Amino acid sequence: MEPYKKHESIAALLNRSNVDTDQIIPKQFLKRVERSGFGVHLFHDWRFNDDGSDNPEFELNKPAFKGAKILVAGDNFGCGSSREHAPWAIADYGFNTIISTSYADIFYNNCFKNGILAIKVDKEQLDKLMIEIAANEGVRFVVDLENQQVTTPGGNDFNFEIDPFRKSNLVSGLDDIGLTLKHADKIAQYEQQHKKDYPWLWA
Amino acid sequence: MQALEYAMKKTMYEKIWDSHLVVDETGQAPLLYVDRHLMHEVTSPQAFEGLRLSGRKVRNPHSILATMDHCVPTKNRNLPIADPIAKKQIETMAENCRVNGLKLYDMTDPNNGVIHVVVPEHGFVHPGMVVVCGDSHTATHGAFGALAFGIGTSEVEHVMATQTLPQKKSKTMQVVVNGKLSKYASAKDIALAITGKIGTAGGTGYVIEYTGSAIRELSMEGRMTLCNMAIEAGARAGLVAPDEKTYAYLKGREFAPSAQYWDQALAYWKSLPSDEGAVFDATVTLDAADIAPQVSWGTSPEQVVGVDGCVPAPESFTDEIKRQACENALAYMGLTPNTKITDIPIDYVFIGSCTNGRIEDFRIAAEMAKGTQVAKGVTAIAVPGSYHVKQQAEDEGLDKIFIDAGWEWRDPGCSMCLAMNGDELTKGQRSASTSNRNFEGRQGKGGRTHLVSPAMAAAAAAAGHFVDIRKL
Ligand code: SF4
Repeated sequence: MEPYKKHESIAALLNRSNVDTDQIIPKQFLKRVERSGFGVHLFHDWRFNDDGSDNPEFELNKPAFKGAKILVAGDNFGCGSSREHAPWAIADYGFNTIISTSYADIFYNNCFKNGILAIKVDKEQLDKLMIEIAANEGVRFVVDLENQQVTTPGGNDFNFEIDPFRKSNLVSGLDDIGLTLKHADKIAQYEQQHKKDYPWLWA
Repeated sequence: MQALEYAMKKTMYEKIWDSHLVVDETGQAPLLYVDRHLMHEVTSPQAFEGLRLSGRKVRNPHSILATMDHCVPTKNRNLPIADPIAKKQIETMAENCRVNGLKLYDMTDPNNGVIHVVVPEHGFVHPGMVVVCGDSHTATHGAFGALAFGIGTSEVEHVMATQTLPQKKSKTMQVVVNGKLSKYASAKDIALAITGKIGTAGGTGYVIEYTGSAIRELSMEGRMTLCNMAIEAGARAGLVAPDEKTYAYLKGREFAPSAQYWDQALAYWKSLPSDEGAVFDATVTLDAADIAPQVSWGTSPEQVVGVDGCVPAPESFTDEIKRQACENALAYMGLTPNTKITDIPIDYVFIGSCTNGRIEDFRIAAEMAKGTQVAKGVTAIAVPGSYHVKQQAEDEGLDKIFIDAGWEWRDPGCSMCLAMNGDELTKGQRSASTSNRNFEGRQGKGGRTHLVSPAMAAAAAAAGHFVDIRKL
């Protein structure tokens, strides 16, 4: 996982509530054998017309949002099936930050496992951000995880809460496996003992 | 003093848990050591890719056994696979196993079959182990007194890289089944009766240990069937304490302890059963003698009834959620309340899966099928759980019995258990199936599944509807 650094990026607006994981990554793409490459299918059914061409009506297809790393979305983002493909697709598309009022539990957890900072704000703050983006598409926000702060050119700055454990993992770029491997010596020790206690498993 | 003695009495789950704890620090999920990692082609590819992308390696290749089962065809195996996605999954599995030096029973290997059928055949799981697989029916291996549970794809990667898994400790539930099971009821009926009794969420947060005289009476294969369905009752895993049957089953199998270590392993295994007086967080009791052959009528494995019963009416449920679930299920299943189970006609019969795809299942089914003919308009397929099961059945002449009765005799695979390989129901078709899940669409879009034992399935094939096999 990439360590999460302070960055200034375009904030894209997806003003829809209850976006579920089936919309984030439709189930016809789950049979793929790769973990990478889901980004091109992100929001597939909204993003593309039946003939495969881009749907110009879909928010993220607006030229102003090209290259956005921040996604500002409506309530209860990521609900529905627990598939981990949803955060894979979001990260692969290029987003590393989501701002919303609320998320489905498993989705929220999976975001952090995949290097995505999911920020929770109150409704009032979300509305301000949405208005600012709508009035000035292509606007760039600064996300400073270290100081738990987002600043915007329109002055809608705010601080956010984040679990210290999650924060330090994002900042260091450590995934769950990386965390476990901090205990590599204990695992090795255990294994040595295991070989003595249960030699038939290693014969 | 008494409290101390009390605290030292452990359940089998606690013994296995304690002996596998690598790290247990406050503020973090305990880290559990994993002895065996089972794999199939569907839930592993992204895990391998994750490893590759992060430059990590498989820590203990010898802890892994892989097979191809979910999307393999069960006929015309010699022809190229028609579905390009299935083909890709199979090729990817082969390549991942080759690159990482893992043992794989590929589609054409004489050891191939459904992962949870193949693994016991080779003695790969022993009592006291922690076993994982990217598959919820991993619970099957609890039959050996191993703590075996299903995991997600990122956990598959985690185990490959670290040989450990962060885990939350479960509560313990004892399911006691005493009494004598009738000749016509089987481990499958016990499993369905338990799910019917406690519900699909009844075991949530628990590891179940099955105890009681009826469980002791079950063969190893029966115990596998029972533990296989622990997950359908919501439990993390199911366990049966090892005994002489377990040891006899394992002895001499490829990955069982060699003669050199046998006595040492045996002494360890004998230390595993729950201590007399160990305390479980919950206990459920059933009398085996009361268990009639079961038939599921709905779209959840808890929606079951004895074969002598009727399809329930939504009003018969006091719980509002259950009432609604019944209504939805009946609409999907195309059933009317109060219909006798034995009046429900079927179109398809499937005998197979990791629940009921072993030799004893085919023996009893063949006994029922012998001298009968599959009813008009019914398709019946027998899909052995592995090539070894298939061979054994053929050595005993069971294939002939099925074929003479109008059944199809197939190659091994998951097949119609989840209908990923092209074996499936069409919309509105109704099956009698020995698999484990009757969810909407599980056996094909719009397909209607009734879960039953192998004997019940075979009897239904001949009659064209469910029959009370106790009255045959
Ligand atoms: S037979 Fe069914 S339950 Fe068993 S592993 Fe295959 S798909 Fe899963």
